[in-house]
This record gives sequence, structure tokens and C-alpha cells, in this order.
Amino acid sequence: MQLTVWTYEGPPHVGAMRIATAMRDLHYVLHAPQGDTYADLLFTMIERRSKRPPVTYTTFQARDLGGDTAALFQTACHEAYERFKPKAMIVGASCTGELIQDDPAGLAKASGLPIPVIPLELPSYQKKENWGAAETFYQIVRHLAGPHALPPNAARPVRAAGEKPRCNLLGPTALGFRHRDDVRAISGLLERMGIAINVTAPWEASPADIARLGNADFNVVLYPEIAGPAAQWLKRSFGQPIVSTVPIGVGATRDFITEVARLAEIDPAPFLKAEESRLPWYSRSVDSTYLTGKRVFIFGDATHAIAAARVAREELGFEVVGLGTYSREFARDVREAAARHGIEALITDDYLEVEAKVAELQPELVLGTQMERHIAKRLGVPCAVISAPVHVQDFPARYSPQMGFEGADVLFDTWVHPLMMGLEEHLLGMFRDDFEFHDGAAPSHLGHASRAPARAAEPVIEVAVPAMAEAGSAEVAVEEGPTGWAPEAEQELRKIPFFVRGKARRNTESFADQRGIRLITVETLYDAKAHFGR
Amino acid sequence: MTTSPVFLPEPSAASCSNPPILRERGQREVFCGLTGIMWLHRKIQDAFFLIVGSRTCAHLMQSAAGVMIFAEPRFATAIIEERDLAGIADANEELDRVVMRLLERRPDIRLLFLVGSCPSEVIKLDLSRAAKRLSERVAPAVRVLNYSGSGIETTFTQGEDACLAALVPSLAAAPADAPESLLVVGVLADAVEDQFRRIFADIGIPHVDFLPARKAGAMPGIGPNTRYLLAQPFLGETARLIEGRGGQRIAAPFPLGAEGAAGWIHAAGATFGIAPAVIDAAIAAPLERARKAVSRYRDMLAGRRIFFFPDSQLEVPIARFLHRELGMELVEVGTPYFHKEHLAADLAMLPAGTAFSEGQDVDRQIERCRKAAPDIVVCGLGLANPLEAEGMTTKWAIELVFTPIQGFEQAGDLAELFARPLNRRARLEV
Repeated sequence: MQLTVWTYEGPPHVGAMRIATAMRDLHYVLHAPQGDTYADLLFTMIERRSKRPPVTYTTFQARDLGGDTAALFQTACHEAYERFKPKAMIVGASCTGELIQDDPAGLAKASGLPIPVIPLELPSYQKKENWGAAETFYQIVRHLAGPHALPPNAARPVRAAGEKPRCNLLGPTALGFRHRDDVRAISGLLERMGIAINVTAPWEASPADIARLGNADFNVVLYPEIAGPAAQWLKRSFGQPIVSTVPIGVGATRDFITEVARLAEIDPAPFLKAEESRLPWYSRSVDSTYLTGKRVFIFGDATHAIAAARVAREELGFEVVGLGTYSREFARDVREAAARHGIEALITDDYLEVEAKVAELQPELVLGTQMERHIAKRLGVPCAVISAPVHVQDFPARYSPQMGFEGADVLFDTWVHPLMMGLEEHLLGMFRDDFEFHDGAAPSHLGHASRAPARAAEPVIEVAVPAMAEAGSAEVAVEEGPTGWAPEAEQELRKIPFFVRGKARRNTESFADQRGIRLITVETLYDAKAHFGR
Repeated sequence: MTTSPVFLPEPSAASCSNPPILRERGQREVFCGLTGIMWLHRKIQDAFFLIVGSRTCAHLMQSAAGVMIFAEPRFATAIIEERDLAGIADANEELDRVVMRLLERRPDIRLLFLVGSCPSEVIKLDLSRAAKRLSERVAPAVRVLNYSGSGIETTFTQGEDACLAALVPSLAAAPADAPESLLVVGVLADAVEDQFRRIFADIGIPHVDFLPARKAGAMPGIGPNTRYLLAQPFLGETARLIEGRGGQRIAAPFPLGAEGAAGWIHAAGATFGIAPAVIDAAIAAPLERARKAVSRYRDMLAGRRIFFFPDSQLEVPIARFLHRELGMELVEVGTPYFHKEHLAADLAMLPAGTAFSEGQDVDRQIERCRKAAPDIVVCGLGLANPLEAEGMTTKWAIELVFTPIQGFEQAGDLAELFARPLNRRARLEV
């Protein structure tokens, strides 16, 4: 048993719902009790969809359990078919449905519906939402495109001369982080490159569209967490190569253009020249000098976290001090990425662990999910959201992609916005006792109402989560440690801005430790400062 | 609207004390009882709710709240994993380990509820034994109780019923020769509770307790001299257990709207032998305020047709309020469960021929709703936006549970909740 307050991912059948809801003419019959219908509101409220998800819940109750829940399931399948007339159906069980072992797959097969019925086995007690979405998409693709697969060892037919290169755009789902806008950004980019999009899936694809996935020359996988297994199967069955670069950030988008051009057998140079982002110039603008070496902590799904780390370092000049993911399936990729930044990856789905890590590292900016937004708010650290799990705020009315050059512009704006501007930060350092310009003061362009309770944050953690105290607060450890602080040195330490104070304290203490200094004075503090640099 | 306070009005010939009810069995679009933890964990300030369930339960809790309550909520989920099901780990030992870890982290907790879920019920994890076993380990600092909020047994507000029912056996026994005392049963917002407390003091009921109390150590005692008044219409099991311990229910309409609140106070007063004139005098000012506040919305709501999808079990008393005090027409009053006895006073005030439905077949009900084309639809969060997109005006039912709506001072707020969607629609020109 795992003690959980908040979760990064829902159960796997919610992943299946994200696929079903993204598609057209597909219906999902879910063997589930009434309470599981809460999942509808994820789509109708958080994503503001104007239609109910295409899901029928069998709604079995305690009194049905001794009786015929299997018949209930079959009736639900037939009624759903009659009412919604889908072109294909997926069937499966939620966590409770799985326990009563009615075999939805066998029952659906026996139901004799005149459409493809695709059974899903989503082990709720082992797997989670993204895995469920990936497995569902893979099963749909395999069932519907499978009959058109090339014979073993056959080569892909050569594209006719003069015909545009064609690709599929795989991975965007309902309830995804900016999937709607990424599809638009990348579709536009590909079309400008003269590449036709054969099918975008599961986003607004019908079962008939899935059946013709094999007609493309290659596959663009926007979200490996979701489309990875399906793309691998398409590669095996149709010989379609995969574009593996996820175009988040300027550098990655350039790499993406190059990789796509290679597969499409076209010259990338004109597109690399024509397509533009403002990010490189904005980052080079002297105004951005204050971004240099800002310590950033990154956490999210693997794709967005890895991409954000690259953008943070190479395109904004930040220092990545923490990188992690809740996507255990992609732990290896994230570990490798972290190693490139000289740090160790945090692989966990326990938000308390993430909170402890943020508290320990004291970053100047957190790039994370809605969970990290709350963690950062509590710790008084600026934050921008880069990944699911999503909140209603993550579905902005305006066009706001993460991918492509337009996406890179959005990243620049979104990540820089929560930070304090350069001169303001200097003034804060110079006049620390100013009653408006004190410690926890929020960046002035964000207004005083949004001020984060920075000073209060540390005690809150200690009181609310005693188990975290050792990991989370350097201050507690110090008082018990062998090295002590002279009162004037403590006083001086307080003049350092709060968001780097923890680091200064740790650096000074390790400096003192190494030199056998028992009492840290103002002198020691500045000696350490000179030793470590900024 | 009546001009004088009412006390259990005689059912007129045109009322519907025993109406026909359309009972449906099909797909439902309702929350399970776990959702009650959202307000219960705020009400009892030193209680913690540990759901023993699946990832779905945990996901429900953070999604249904709409916003994540990050102020270290007093609830959590012990997620059952494959190893617990396969018997690799002993589920009971695992549960004990999780509870001990939790209590170490939260030394402020005095009352722990182990809350059963669909999966824990299906695998027959015996949480009542677990609660006993753990109670022995952690008493007297912490008391451990259990109830089921599972969706195979409970719908939305029934979770509160199950929780309070679990509390009843643990309440102290009031001596048989104790004076008659009043017990108000059901979660009310703290401010509403305080208002009622003042009114009861004003009319001269000396001792009033509320269940649940705000602290685990302050739960009231009960006995044969307990007269209890339900504050919520969904407390069937709690009521049954209180009666098992000698408590006697005071029949009353539910305290929604000016009329409901007046009827509720009068019913309590009558039980304690207080002259109606004394009560009238004590509530005259708040009653007048309530009527004035409600009347502000009458123009907007009178004659409007309303359709209720089943949700909170508050539907019948709210329908009574909207019909009698605001002049709305009731197209269909759907409710998850119809407790005729507890709803008797409210039903008696509804017009004959009101269409009631119990349970749900959501697709059929949506068809009825489309056909009836009501002016406003009360429904859950999953349905609201899709119905709005079809051109209907909706009111989220969950807001009725998360907003203080009981009592005189809140009657206007309750009316406003129904006027707001219509008002909004009237304002928007895009």
C-alpha cells in the first residue's frame, strides 16, 4: 500500500478515456461503479469540452455483485452501440471492474456487434494514466491498422514522383498539456515544409483514419509517453521510421526540422532560415543578463522535463540544479539527461519527495506541473507550469503552444514572467530593510496581492510535515551541528536575498567545516563568498 | 410565499405526500460517497480521513475538489497495489504500517476514519476489524473508526451519512434521567451553526448539541432524552442508529429558505413546549430579512421551469423552496435516493403532480430534459458544460453542498445561486 495525498497520474482507464475522448466515432464501454463517472468532469470542466466523453459506465452496485454483472456489461455494450452508433468500440474495466473478473474482452467478443470491438487490459493496481493511454492507443492502432500491415519482409512502396512526402502526427490526446496548440504549431511547420499530414491521431481521428495510418512515409511522435508503443509497432508493421526529436525549444525545433527533412528527403536549409523565433534575440538582449545562471528545478513528464532542461540551459542560460520525472517508464532517459547536466535525476511519484528536494535545493525558479506550482508557492519560489497534470488554467483561451518556434516564444515569456527583473533584483539586494522591498516581496509587476509568503514557508513545512524536517530545512540542522554562527554573521546572512540564502548558508558552513572553523564570523561569510563566487 | 411562519402545514388536497416516483436503473452520473470527505475533513478539525482504495479514489479526491487544497489536507489514500491483492504483502499489515506512519507525521490527529472504497469492499478488506485493532494500538490519543464511502454502496452525500453513522455508536450515553436535550444532526457551515445556536438560545432551548462537533473530543452524548433534528435530508442510516440509542426525531421541513428555516425552528420549539408566539417573536427579524433577501430574486425566477438531475439528495427541499418562495415550476425533481419519511414535511408542501425520479439512467434523463426544454437545469459537473453547449442554462449541483445555504441569513444566497446562471446568460452578448 502506498500512502498518497496527491497523484501525478490518474488510473490507466483515465488514460484510455483521454484517447477515446480525443477521437471521433469511437465509444468506450467501461465496467465500473457509479463513482468512476467523476472522470467525465476532467474533460467537461478542466478542458471545458462541450461534449460528454464518449464513455458508458456499466454502473454496477453492491447488490449486483452476487448476481449477473456480466449481463449488465453486455446490455451496456448493446445500448451504447444503439444510442451512439460508433464506428469502433473499446471495452475494459476500471479498478473495481477488474476485481470482479467478468472478462469484458470475452463478453464483448461474444456480443456480436457489427463494428470492431477492441478489448483493453489495463492493470489498475500496477499501471497509471500515461501507460493506460499508450496501451489503449497501441491496441486501437494494432486492431484497426493491423489488417493493412505489409507482408513480412516487404519493403514500403516507393512514393510516386511529384507526390508530397507524408507523415502521421502521433500522440496528442484530450486533457494533454497544450496538445491542441502543439498540433496546430507543428502541423503548420510541416505544411510549410511541403509535407502532407496523412493522419493526426488520436486527436480528432476516426477509426477509419487509424486504418490508413500505414499510408504515411514516416511518423512524428509528439508525445512519446503516449504514442511510443504505437509508433514502434507501425515501424515494425509498415516500415515507417520515427522522428524522435520532440520540437520543444529553438534548438530542438531546428533538430526536428533537420530530422524531418532527412526522412522526407528534402533540404532543411531554407526552412531553418525562414522559420524564426524571437527567443534567441530576447535571450541575447542585455536586459536578459540577469537570467544568467539562475538556478532552476525541473519536474514533469519525461518529455517535457528533458526538453525544458535543454531550453533552460542552452537557450536561457539558466543552471539546471534539479531534474526529475514521475514517468517511471522513462526513468532511464531522464537519468541520462540529468547526467548531461551533472546532476542526479529525481524519479518519484510522491510529491512530498519533490517538495523536500525543492526545499533542499532552494532554486530560484521551478518549472513543473500544477503540483510543483503549489510547492513553489508554499516555498516562495517563482514557478511556471511545463507539463501535465493539468488544471483549468493550462487550457488558455489564446493560442499558446509549447512546440515549434512559436512554442519557444511562449516558453521564454512564461518562464521569465514569474522572475524578478534585473534592476529590481539589484535594488532588493541593496536596500534590504526597505519596508516594501523586504525579503519575501514578490516581483513588482506581479502585484502585491500575489506575494508569496516566503518567510512563513519554511516553518509551515516543518510543522505540517515533520518527517521532512531533516531533508527540508538546513536551518534546523545547523543549530545542532558542530559549526556555530556568530550573531553578527547571522545578521549579515539575512541581508542576502532569501532565495539564495540557503545556498550561501550551506556554502559557508562547508567552507568553515573544511577549514576547521568552529565559529562563523562575518569574515568567514565573506571568505566563503570569495571562495565560491556567486 | 406565505405571510406567516409555518409549522408543518397540513397537506392540502393538492399536495403530494405520497407521489408516484419514476425509478430508474442505468448509467449514473454521480459522485460516490468518498466525495463527502471534502467537507467532513474541514468540519471536524482534528479528524483525518484515510481512504483505503485505488489510484482512482485518490484521483477522484483531487479532481472533484476542482482545486487542490494544498494546505496539507486531512485526508489521504492508502492505494492498494498489486502486491496487496496477490497476497505478497498482507493487506492488514500494510494498512497498519501506513496508519502508524501517518499518525507519526500528524500528531495533531485525534480521530482517524478508515474509509472503505469500491475495491476494498470487493476484496472484502475488513476495515471494522482493522479499526478495532488499530484503536487498541493508538488509544487513548487517537480513536479509529471506519465507514464505507464506496460507489457501489453510497452516492455522494450518503458518504456523510455513513461517516456520522460510524460516529453514533461511539457517542457517550446520556443518563436516562438527563433533561431533554436537542441534537442537530448533519454538517452545517460553522457560521450557520452559530446562527442556529443563537436562535435556539433566544427561544429558550437550554441545551443544543451539534453532530458532528468541531473537535473529536467534543462529540455530544445521546440517550433516551435526546430529541434530534436533521439538518440534512440524506442522513437515513445515522437517524436509524440514533433511534437505536433512544433518540427521537423531530419531524420538520429542512431549514432551506425562509419557510423551511421557520418550520424547522418551530418544530424544535414545539417539542420543547415553547409557545409559538415566543418563537415567532424570536425569529421575526431574521425571518423578515430572509424574505426580503429572497424576494429580490423572485422577479427573475418566478415562472421559470427547473429540472433536477439527481445529485445531493437536497433536491426535494430545494425544489420546495424554489416553488413556494420563488414561484418556480418544477419539471422533474430527480434525486439519488428518496427518503419519504424524512422528506414528509417538504413533500407535503409540493404541488400534486410533481414529477419525481429516483436513481438514474443518464442518457434517458438527458432525453427527457431536452424534450422538456427547462429554463434551468441542476446537474453535476460532468454534465453542465455539455448541456450549456446545447443551449441550456445550468446550475452545478455541487455548489449547493459547498455553500452555506441553510438558515434565515442564507436564504437569499440560496436563491441567488439559481438566479446567477440566468443573470449571466442575460448579460452576455457574445
